[in-house]
Amino acid sequence: MTSDSTLSLTSPRSLASVVQSILDELGQQPGALLPILHAVQNQLGHVPRDAVPLIAQGLNLSSAEVHGVVSYYHHFHTEPVARVVVQICRAESCQAQGSEALWAHACEAHAQAVAQGDLLLEPVYCLGLCASSPAMAVNQSVHARLTPARLDQIVNQRLGQAKTSDAPQVAEVTK
Amino acid sequence: MSNSGLTLYVPQDSAAVAVGANEVAQALQKAVLAAGKTANVLRNSSRGLFWLEPLLEVDTPQGRLGFGPVAAEDLDGLLAAGLLDLQDQPEALKKTMAHPLCLGWVEKMPYLAKQERLTFARMGVTQPLSLSDYEAHGGWAGLRQALTLTPEAIVQQVTDAGLRGRGGAAFPAGIKWKTVLGAASAQKYIVCNADEGDSGTYSDRMTLEGDPYLLIEGMAIAGLAVGATQGYVYIRSEYPDAVRVFEQAIGLARAAGFLGPNLLHSGRTFELQVRMAAGAYVCGEETALLESLEGKRGIVRAKPPLPAIEGLWGQPTVINNVITLASVPVILAKGAEFYKNFGMGRSRGTLPFQLAGNIKQGGLVEKAFGLSLRELVFDFGGGTASGRPVKAIQVGGPLGAYIPESQWDTPLDYEAYAAFGGVVGHGGVVVHDDRANLAELARYAMAFCALESCGKCTPCRIGSTRGEEILVRLQRTENKQAQTQDIKLLRDLCDTMLNGSLCAMGGMTPYPVLSALNHYPEDFGLKA
Repeated sequence: MTSDSTLSLTSPRSLASVVQSILDELGQQPGALLPILHAVQNQLGHVPRDAVPLIAQGLNLSSAEVHGVVSYYHHFHTEPVARVVVQICRAESCQAQGSEALWAHACEAHAQAVAQGDLLLEPVYCLGLCASSPAMAVNQSVHARLTPARLDQIVNQRLGQAKTSDAPQVAEVTK
Repeated sequence: MSNSGLTLYVPQDSAAVAVGANEVAQALQKAVLAAGKTANVLRNSSRGLFWLEPLLEVDTPQGRLGFGPVAAEDLDGLLAAGLLDLQDQPEALKKTMAHPLCLGWVEKMPYLAKQERLTFARMGVTQPLSLSDYEAHGGWAGLRQALTLTPEAIVQQVTDAGLRGRGGAAFPAGIKWKTVLGAASAQKYIVCNADEGDSGTYSDRMTLEGDPYLLIEGMAIAGLAVGATQGYVYIRSEYPDAVRVFEQAIGLARAAGFLGPNLLHSGRTFELQVRMAAGAYVCGEETALLESLEGKRGIVRAKPPLPAIEGLWGQPTVINNVITLASVPVILAKGAEFYKNFGMGRSRGTLPFQLAGNIKQGGLVEKAFGLSLRELVFDFGGGTASGRPVKAIQVGGPLGAYIPESQWDTPLDYEAYAAFGGVVGHGGVVVHDDRANLAELARYAMAFCALESCGKCTPCRIGSTRGEEILVRLQRTENKQAQTQDIKLLRDLCDTMLNGSLCAMGGMTPYPVLSALNHYPEDFGLKA
């Protein structure tokens, strides 16, 4: 997601030019829409609503079709997300190892960071780390055999990094 | 690999990384430098003995010696015990083996030695992206064999081996392939379903990250068998490491001639591309997956037409799970007879079972069909991690039944499980101890279905929401009459979902719900 951004821009670029360069690179392949949406989200951190008609035009689809796809998949965000995204697994294997209590703990212990927009807590349904439950991913880096204390340590460390980091992790765009 | 000095291995599987393998590898590299030794720290795949990760292995003349679970802080002690002296000071072995983290010779550990690893033979042994490792451990033998055979003969081998779909539906792979082979079309496709969304399963992830060339080889063989020149691997967005490794593997394999326009100088073509999913569980259903690959919402298609006749972009398409395709190279390399000799009844070969949840020794156990859940969970798994009694075991993912003790001795075989309403599925085994509330897990099953339903058919879309409401009410009510009515309603609803849903999402959600209700009635406030 955000931390993996390959595009680091010193000056804001127009959304249209970001989308256009992605369309130029990926638009010709069959079934291009998902790869394009992934690329947009990788670069911008989310898929802005204003990107939808641009993508639609580039692929000769209706905006409704593109909007339908963006809104169907859990992975795509249409609003900017916090710089630290914590996905806690709440599926059966992690439930068997206390993930519901872990989720409740995370929501309570980090409520302030969530309220300030620094942190996004999301449920996820399986990270494939089920022999080492409970598990979570923080900006896509994975952690398992979690305890509430370990979760706090990892989340606080990430929040600290996000605060001290000067460079934006995602490209900024202007309309 | 270097010819001089000691070789050490620290897995790079994401389940090892999630418990500190990167930190161990970095600290080890520093420690080697500081000690002034010559040693290579290599990143291998994981053996799948996850309770021991990070599992550090040292190559010695007698074989690989294992240590685990190792934390970066343990390295000083391990070095003091002679870890880095094993190459030049044979007498160091005794002291090293006396270290409390020493597990002995890795391949002689009972957990591994008792397995029958056909598909996972290289797991933990090789470096995932090393083409020379892959080839040195039997890689490409199946593809080379396939290039000497006619398409019909390849399909026949897969049919004779008795290989059935490992994703869950257990449909015979050979029959699917034969249909695609017989379908006339200028363009056919091989699609690999790597949308491993079932909780408690990770064998696809391990393969993508740990032995990617195996899947590439299996898909290339499938391409030769049915006359398909293009393949797609649809990998979940929750597996970013798998996507990264597999994309690198495709590039390296193509550069070396194992993919591309002239496979091993045969003049045959097979191209492969990764497509990343976007977090919709239902896209693990094959027709929803095809829709998603085409760039649409992952909505289930009505069948017929079968994907084998009209699949991706309307063309004949083989769509198989990762493990199905990864089982093909060994069948071609060693013959259908070899593979068929494992297993029981109509369940031939092996299945990589995945032990998960509340389990002491969670990990991957590849065994021939026919062993029991009791053997898996207690002999391999060592019971619960909490040390409390096992209450229920869910086999086959979120759509599989909760299995009570009365069925723990039933052999793991597709037909034997189907006979009592169980599902072997993708081989996931999630253990719950006696603190689990099966009424709550049943509610979760309905809630998950409501969250993930594609919405195309009514039983699944509406049924799951109504089902969750009933299960919430049941947990709250004290009124016996209302409870009896709701149980009847729930059973009716499950019947409608089972028989009226378009795909397994709605059609199988009743399995965990009804098994919980039937075997754990006390959790629903009913008399046992």
